[in-house]
Amino acid sequence: MPRLDFEHHLQNLQEELLILGSMVEKAITRSTDALKNRDLALARQVIAEDLNINRKRYDIEEMCIQLIATQQPLARDLRIIIAVLNMIVDLERIGDHAEGDAKIAIMIGDEPPLKPYIDIPRMAEKTNEMLRAALDAFIKRDAEAARRVIAQDDEVDNLYDQVFRELLTYMADDPKTISRATRLIWVAHNLERSADRVTNVCERTIFVITGKVEEQGVSKY
Amino acid sequence: MDTMTQTMKAIANTTEHKHILITENLRAYYGSFLAVKDVSMAIEPRSITAIIGPSGCGKSTLIRCFNRMHEVVHGARAIGKVLLDGSDIYAPGVDPVNIRTRIGMVFQKPNPFPTMSVMENVVAGRRLSSVWSKRSEMDEIAEKSLRQAALWDEVKDKLKQSGASLSGGQQQRLCIARALAVQPEVILMDEPCSALDPVATLKIEDLMRTLAKDYTIVIVTHNMQQAGRVSDMTAFMMMGADRAGSLVEYGRTQQIFTNPKNKRTEDYISGRFG
Repeated sequence: MPRLDFEHHLQNLQEELLILGSMVEKAITRSTDALKNRDLALARQVIAEDLNINRKRYDIEEMCIQLIATQQPLARDLRIIIAVLNMIVDLERIGDHAEGDAKIAIMIGDEPPLKPYIDIPRMAEKTNEMLRAALDAFIKRDAEAARRVIAQDDEVDNLYDQVFRELLTYMADDPKTISRATRLIWVAHNLERSADRVTNVCERTIFVITGKVEEQGVSKY
Repeated sequence: MDTMTQTMKAIANTTEHKHILITENLRAYYGSFLAVKDVSMAIEPRSITAIIGPSGCGKSTLIRCFNRMHEVVHGARAIGKVLLDGSDIYAPGVDPVNIRTRIGMVFQKPNPFPTMSVMENVVAGRRLSSVWSKRSEMDEIAEKSLRQAALWDEVKDKLKQSGASLSGGQQQRLCIARALAVQPEVILMDEPCSALDPVATLKIEDLMRTLAKDYTIVIVTHNMQQAGRVSDMTAFMMMGADRAGSLVEYGRTQQIFTNPKNKRTEDYISGRFG
């Protein structure tokens, strides 16, 4: 006997989570584009839209509270709601990282780029790819897919290493680049942290499926 | 080894306590009708075990087998073993009345003796079970039992009034006091709160948690939130195609309510059938 009304709410909750995920993905893409193209208007838009991400997170939290208070969810239903409650925190924080990158894009402003941006956009693409796959694994309740996403975090870590080393050589060669290079390291660091938070989302998916909260491997950073 | 036996072994391995009540392949019949089939479970002392399941799955029948109340119904009988502190209560020569003093029972509807005073109600069980005590000792036991049942402060000035004059919640606590007065080891509660309002229910639940420090409690409840709130262990029963109730899953309440192993348990507690 299905619980039609409850199932509907639970479905709706997960759809809202996907919407939050797509808002965050867009923020990552746009903040990186703003940096790459020195598009300050776009950067300002990312900053402004972060409010929507925050609002969406609290709306979803409210939905979870309502469901817990009125439907007394148990077992897997309860785990799904608890997982969503945790995932929205990570997603919102990724949004904050993207907002941080947009602010850095504004700080760098019109200054000429140190070099063509290659690895930072690559980090952003990889993070977004992980984010999409993580949410897909959650919706499909696929623990193996979630574990595969976690394994991809190493690629982002390696890109971060590369960016860091490269910028360090710029700074060593020419102290005038220190300010710009440091800011770019912050951007790379934000992306690295975002990918870490995607792995948290995956851990919650594994929790929904297995009922166990287990750390799946510690990130290098 | 079937899943149930594995679960039992796992439970036995994770606890240092000796089990106070153990059933082995317990079957309960009403005439030729098999109502409860092959229940094997071990109950920890000084804990609360909740038995949940859809209506008609044999929960009440099962706990009535725990103190030989089942056989009071004409044509009803139980087969299998029920070990209380290691001794089979169904062994030949065992006096069921003696068993019922060691394993008390509280029923769904508060049932104080209407013609007796509050005081007489508390010690009635003790009198009926032929335990002779001096008047002063009786008073002492009555007060102690009423205090244990968290009722003393509310009734100390009306001990001579009829038990029926109390509120529903107070009457149920009076019945708990009556069960406690015979100093049982185990208290069985069959839907003890189903006739009570939420405030009286929460009082009984608080009382159960306090009593579980000294007594073993087994409660049958339809209210899953209640099982979640009060119990340490939860047993889920269900009726099979043959209409006989059996134990589907038995484990720590936290595990049953957050991560049940059996699909049927999951479906039941998440409200998808039953």
